[in-house]
Amino acid sequence: MTQSLQHIFVLLKKDFLLEIRQQYSFYGIVLYVASTIFVLYLAMGQPEEKVWNGLFWMIQLFICVNAVAKSFLQESSGRMLYYYTIAGPRDFILSKLLFNALLMTVMSVTSLLLFRLLMGDPLQHPLQFTAIVCLGGCSLSFVFTFLAAIAARARQNAALIAILGFPLIIPQVLLLMRISNIAFADVIQKGLLQMSALLVGLDLLTLALAAVLFPFLWKD
Amino acid sequence: MRGYWWKILTIVLLTYTFIAGFLIPVPDVGNLEQTIRNLFFHVPMWFGQLTLITVSLVYSILYLRKPEARHDIYASEFAKTGIVFGMLGLVTGMIWANYTWGAPWNNDPKQLGAAIALLIYLAYFILRNSMTDIDKRARVSAVYNIFAYFIYVPMIMVLPRMVESLHPGGKGVEGNPGFGGQDLDATMRTVFWPAVIGWILLGIWITTLRLRLQLLEEKKTYTSLAS
Repeated sequence: MTQSLQHIFVLLKKDFLLEIRQQYSFYGIVLYVASTIFVLYLAMGQPEEKVWNGLFWMIQLFICVNAVAKSFLQESSGRMLYYYTIAGPRDFILSKLLFNALLMTVMSVTSLLLFRLLMGDPLQHPLQFTAIVCLGGCSLSFVFTFLAAIAARARQNAALIAILGFPLIIPQVLLLMRISNIAFADVIQKGLLQMSALLVGLDLLTLALAAVLFPFLWKD
Repeated sequence: MRGYWWKILTIVLLTYTFIAGFLIPVPDVGNLEQTIRNLFFHVPMWFGQLTLITVSLVYSILYLRKPEARHDIYASEFAKTGIVFGMLGLVTGMIWANYTWGAPWNNDPKQLGAAIALLIYLAYFILRNSMTDIDKRARVSAVYNIFAYFIYVPMIMVLPRMVESLHPGGKGVEGNPGFGGQDLDATMRTVFWPAVIGWILLGIWITTLRLRLQLLEEKKTYTSLAS
């Protein structure tokens, strides 16, 4: 147990170091976020809150596909073999899931700031909405990380991730949109706790499925 | 007789469904009138689809436990018939909705769930066809099949209960989201359950025919490679 924690920690550290040394990919995603939202601003101006909410989560979806897609595609098969000898598949997928969750949280918060700057600020409860955005970023990244692993095995690009992932992500996105409605209203809706618990439950389910199924993907 | 008794049962049950389904007296519920008979054709499609994709899931799990090409072919063929049943369910539902709700597509949560299932399983076949290596294709698509099933089934359990819907039985949080069991009177029940079993058996029958063809084709490729 402690050993596998150590493995996960080392693999996470490796991903961070890679990200710091090859800064182009990190700044590439940041620029992707910024330019997408800027184009959206030019096209839509400052929409009303319902449209704002819908656009925000759709943009998160596209950012997630692009941010997560590279996490497996950048690993060559020789390097995968090397990881296989030093750590188990479960540690490897868990470190990737954690890393992508952190990356996606940073991207989600960045895009939230840009959205509030450019697209108007209809939020009544900005703090709660930020918390929802962090949770949402993690939820999206979990599902797409696992699908990126599948697409990488099939030697395919981000388009396949979108085809595989969009039908599966619908429950999370719908839940997130309903939960985030609280940020636009004065009164707290009923059933909020239940919906948040449901979202966390779906996340745990995704994590468990990824941990169980990834070892089968890994084998060659 | 041992091997094909269930095929005779399928024919008998479906003949009964078509005759009794159109002839028995039905209760008068709201604006449904005679369209309530769609229950014998539309709802069993969903029972059939869920059965077929569950069998497909079982074969995918079997494949991961014991990689035999047969299991992979079984999983993909059951998923294919599942898609056909899903499309038929969607079409029968849309024809019905056109007369009772006024439009074929109403953004109802059940319609969305049905459309999502179609997208998931079509994506499954795109994924399969994107790989040429047979072993890798079987393993990767089995993993996706299992992953998708365990996300899809909780979704159709939970999502329809969260939102209001026009669909029979769709009273938000109360009751079964699928169909209004409380509207089902005794005479309808005598046709409905035989219809469900009949349609499920028909789905399995179609799949076994396709499976025989696929297995023969695979055998042919192997013998032509060997000679």
